Amino acid sequence: MIRYLLSNDLPRSRVLSILLIALVITLALAPLLFPGAKALAVAAKILVFVLLVASYDLLLGYTGIVSFAHTMFFGIGAYSVAIACSRLGPSWTSIGIGLVGSIAASLALALLIGLFSLRVRAIFFAMLTLAVASAFQTLASQLSEWTGGEDGLSFRTPEVLSAAAQWRDTPLQGLGFTVSADGRLLAYWGLFVIVCVAFLLLLRIVNSPFGRVLQAIRENPFRAEAIGYQTVIYRTLSVVISALFATLAGALMALWLRYNGPDTSLSFELMLDVLLVVVIGGMGTMYGAWIGSALFLLAQNYLQALMQSLVKPLADGVAMIGGTGPLADVLRWAVGLMGPDRWLLWLGVLFVLSVYHFPEGVVGRLRRF
Amino acid sequence: MAQPDTESSWKLPQTRVDPLLWGLVPLLAGLALVAVGSPSTWLTLTVAGLAMGMMLFMIASGLTLVFGLMDVLNFGHGVFIATGAFIATTVLGPTGFGAPGGWLLAPQWHLQIAAVMVAILVAMAATGILGLVFERLFVRPVYGQHLKQILITMGGMIVIEELIKSIWGTQQIPLPLPEALRGAFIFGDAAIERFRLLAVLIGLIVLAVLMVILGRTKIGLLVRAGVEDREMVESLGYPVRRLFIGVFVAGSALAGLGGVLWGMYQQTITPQIGAQVNVLIFIVIIIGGLGSIMGSFVAALLVGLMGNYTGFLAPKLALFSNIALMVAILIWRPEGLRPVTKIR
Repeated sequence: MIRYLLSNDLPRSRVLSILLIALVITLALAPLLFPGAKALAVAAKILVFVLLVASYDLLLGYTGIVSFAHTMFFGIGAYSVAIACSRLGPSWTSIGIGLVGSIAASLALALLIGLFSLRVRAIFFAMLTLAVASAFQTLASQLSEWTGGEDGLSFRTPEVLSAAAQWRDTPLQGLGFTVSADGRLLAYWGLFVIVCVAFLLLLRIVNSPFGRVLQAIRENPFRAEAIGYQTVIYRTLSVVISALFATLAGALMALWLRYNGPDTSLSFELMLDVLLVVVIGGMGTMYGAWIGSALFLLAQNYLQALMQSLVKPLADGVAMIGGTGPLADVLRWAVGLMGPDRWLLWLGVLFVLSVYHFPEGVVGRLRRF
Repeated sequence: MAQPDTESSWKLPQTRVDPLLWGLVPLLAGLALVAVGSPSTWLTLTVAGLAMGMMLFMIASGLTLVFGLMDVLNFGHGVFIATGAFIATTVLGPTGFGAPGGWLLAPQWHLQIAAVMVAILVAMAATGILGLVFERLFVRPVYGQHLKQILITMGGMIVIEELIKSIWGTQQIPLPLPEALRGAFIFGDAAIERFRLLAVLIGLIVLAVLMVILGRTKIGLLVRAGVEDREMVESLGYPVRRLFIGVFVAGSALAGLGGVLWGMYQQTITPQIGAQVNVLIFIVIIIGGLGSIMGSFVAALLVGLMGNYTGFLAPKLALFSNIALMVAILIWRPEGLRPVTKIR
């Protein structure tokens, strides 16, 4: 049964299996285990990231294509739902319209980009997606009448999913927790189920004959072509499928946050986060999405605060010594480097180091033990 | 035994002139004249577009050669642009020539120009050295692996961009033009900014120098041969790898030069400048055909002109117009205007 659900692609490592089971159970029970808005927000973001990263892994890890437009599709999903809900009112119909619209848009765009660049030269794809993604970002901020510009869009979701809707008169109670049985809880579990189903679907895709062809193309495109597979078609399909899953992730994200703006769904930094998570988790291993997302988002949300508190005394000390001259300047600069403002610097260093020394990622490393 | 060739006996192969290629720029300009209507506005836009194109060309030339020679796709090229521009702000800033009584504020125009030239030279030297370090740290370990190259050079760009932020801050800072370069020449109704003319001039000089080095010297011959067939040049005993490092450093320095000019053109710079220009540069080298200097020159002019014309006619479509241009050219010539490298 489990073997069937996981498409015969088991974690293949005892430690990894234990980690994955623990992670999935923790995420499923997160609202009960960690009451509080922030913990729930982090858990939900981990779930959205799992889907986003897994869909990107299909492209990067399994097909060997680098795309910088993955967050564009994520953004299309998020913006469509946000626009539909804010224009047509908070109903399931408008969510449906938003979803269908975004899927159509992503499909068309992914097909277009894929066919144009991959037909010519696979290496153009990375450059082309970078250009298209930045143009799309500009477009989203320019069409502020629709997208809310830099401020983004806040909107309401159907009543059932709101915090005011109680589906039980008494709150849920158990071993040391009391959680109000409201629509947010329902929304979280809905998110959890959809992400799990979509993930299993992705796992099925990469383990299908189609997925094998993608891996063959990654390993040796020339040979795959020689055997008789139309690499252009397969690559383009891979782009399209991953774009669709990213669109779904974007729509889920917007529905959960009840807000969407350029920074949450389109920014280039988000793209880098996704890249980093895929590399850390392990390229070409769907399970890496779970491990990588959890590690990364926990670090992003809790490590940054820790960095702040660690650097604070250092910075105070340097400020106390004071003084001018090049030495003091260098000292201040060095302390500043360790501050949370330069979080991206360490992310970049981590990224480069992990591509060098750790290309198989956490999952790949665990499997070798 | 055959005598080794002497300098004088070399017959350098002539490059084929492609009239269709050179016709594209006047064609675009002509179409724009019809669309814009007013000749004076058109002239202003055209000069602005040519200036922008020249800057793009300086930046793109190194990138395209690096790709052609070593099959290395450097996604971090934009970082040299930003570094060049920021170093120029320091050289020309209040602690440099911009100090009261400094050259930049001196009444004599030649001192002001000299200050700018010094800033350019310092920026080029710094970006050249940075290029050497970048090549060592981020490019050399991943030769021949496209996927890793893209990821690593991108990561390198982020790291250096963050370092720039930590030194110069995240805010945008002004890069003022000296008095002598401000203002415009007036031809009839058309106003042509002095700085744009300077940019065109510098661009032409860079093009001429590149053409002489590539077309008339032994090093240039080796670089061009290496672009066409690296293994052959290697098997003849030439150190292609060292040649490549030289090209990488020169390309980085040229990007630094382009960055200084770009910063002066925009008058304010932000640390993200590199990533922004990067997008245009990629469009340029795809249109031009990877590895081709002349192709990227024409492509840069096309992109610069296109950006300025649509910026005037339909501002919201400016970036899309360049993508549309690229798509149109790729339909016409799938390998770019002048492909040099073999399909890999």
